[in-house]
Amino acid sequence: MLLSPKTEQKIVQAFLYFFTSIAVLVLLFILVVILKNGLPQLSLEFLTKNPADMGREGGILSTIVATIFLTFIALLVATPLGVGTAIYLTEYTIESRLTRIIRFGAECLAGIPSIIFGLFGFILFVNKLKFGWSILSGGLTLAFMVLPTIIRTSEEAIKSVPQAYRLVSFSLGSTRWQAITRVVLPSAVPGIVTGIILSIGRSIGETAAVIFTAGSALRMPSSLFSSSRTMAVHFYILAKEGVSMPKAYGTAAVLVIAILIINIMTYYLMEKYIKRKS
Amino acid sequence: MTKLDKNDRLIRISLLVVAFSAVSVLAVITIFIFEQGTPIMFKYGLKSFLFGQDWYPSEKSFGLLPMIVGSLMVTFGALIIGVPLGLASAIFLTEFSHRRLTRFLKPVIELLAGIPSVVYGFIGLMFLVPFIRENFGGPGLSVLAASIILGIMILPTVISIAIDSIRAVPDSYREGSIALGATKWQTVRMVVLPAARSGIVAGIILGMGRAIGETMAVIMVAGNAADIPGSILQPVRTLTSNIALEMGYASGEHREALFATGVILFIIIMILNTIANLTSARQKKR
Repeated sequence: MLLSPKTEQKIVQAFLYFFTSIAVLVLLFILVVILKNGLPQLSLEFLTKNPADMGREGGILSTIVATIFLTFIALLVATPLGVGTAIYLTEYTIESRLTRIIRFGAECLAGIPSIIFGLFGFILFVNKLKFGWSILSGGLTLAFMVLPTIIRTSEEAIKSVPQAYRLVSFSLGSTRWQAITRVVLPSAVPGIVTGIILSIGRSIGETAAVIFTAGSALRMPSSLFSSSRTMAVHFYILAKEGVSMPKAYGTAAVLVIAILIINIMTYYLMEKYIKRKS
Repeated sequence: MTKLDKNDRLIRISLLVVAFSAVSVLAVITIFIFEQGTPIMFKYGLKSFLFGQDWYPSEKSFGLLPMIVGSLMVTFGALIIGVPLGLASAIFLTEFSHRRLTRFLKPVIELLAGIPSVVYGFIGLMFLVPFIRENFGGPGLSVLAASIILGIMILPTVISIAIDSIRAVPDSYREGSIALGATKWQTVRMVVLPAARSGIVAGIILGMGRAIGETMAVIMVAGNAADIPGSILQPVRTLTSNIALEMGYASGEHREALFATGVILFIIIMILNTIANLTSARQKKR
């Protein structure tokens, strides 16, 4: 090479700096565009009125309610399963072929595209179990989707509880289960909550898995079995069909702000309570 | 240690059952998708599905080749854009930037991983598609647009995993190299990156999985014509969009063919997952 190592380093550094700026600027551009165009659309009315005329008029109240219901069901199902799995993996067994299978299953599940979850939810919940396009079908599909996230974060949270806590508890004569419920889990709560919040974020933003399980009916959900449209699906339809760009921007802004708040909370909790692996 | 009394044994068994939930969900998904998708593949012949070029569901012509090629093209394009940007950012943030800048930028990048994919698609539709149409010609809805949007979407994944694996390289490696008179860049290139290689590769494969499995963002910018694109400025349809576009109204064999599309997607993803798992396991072992 003709360049001296020092010049080479300078050139490389300039390139790295340039590339990093592009990456960060592009990502920030997306945020700025959504907020700049979306914030002017937001008003109390937008948040508290139901959509009218296919979404051209009115607000997005019914879609907010549907999103909350769906997310709630997803977490109601996924949290006990995920935390239970994490307790088993960390407290009740040693590393073996069995735990490797369980972990491999969770990791594969995490990699499955949401559209596959959508197909699956459609055939199982909507068709075979006859729940139809409903809050229940959508919620259960999302539960399966966020399960790996809850398992992983709960496992890390439980692992980071110091071994001494358990030993002291045992030495006071507690059984394993007492040690877990009264000592380990209470100290792991912030970490477990992190996983739950992370899952809320994923559920709120999901479209592909929801559109074929919860449907896209534009009305206030009245029961577990009513078909309803979440914010993300509403946004997708408004934008894709070109129904109303101002309303699309408004919906996107609500979506993005909700997700930013959730992710900032997660980040704060993570930094504070979970020791990062590396 | 404590002895397991009767109660604890019961708890242990119930937790074991719960612990199999993820594995069982995976199994059930696999069974359902294959059960719905494979009969039609064998009825019309695997060859006509994998290599057939015509997708006319109403005429019972279910060639998936354009979608398979489409998925591979946009995924490859996403990697061409996302990997250099992502790796450069990760190297910069770990080795060259001020610690304070990194402490600020890393969480910002991770926050952006949570932005829903429909939002990325929407931005692509509003800004990128018109830009391509006006400057490069064609309809704008194209392989290029889909690749760029997917490349941006995988950035946070690639960056944060690469940062983690570069940080995991012990400082003594760097010190040894610098002590031998190497510059910082030489150290990064010859010592740090090779040591972090398997983690970085795992991150890229995960990004690849995300790109190939992405649906809504791609639908919005790709144009979705079920033909093999002749250039990167032409529209393209991926496996995922094929399912999402037609699932709403498909029935009978048409619906089964969409599940067959799911089967092919599923197999590609499982292969990628297994490779990613194996590479990151290798890094952990070291």
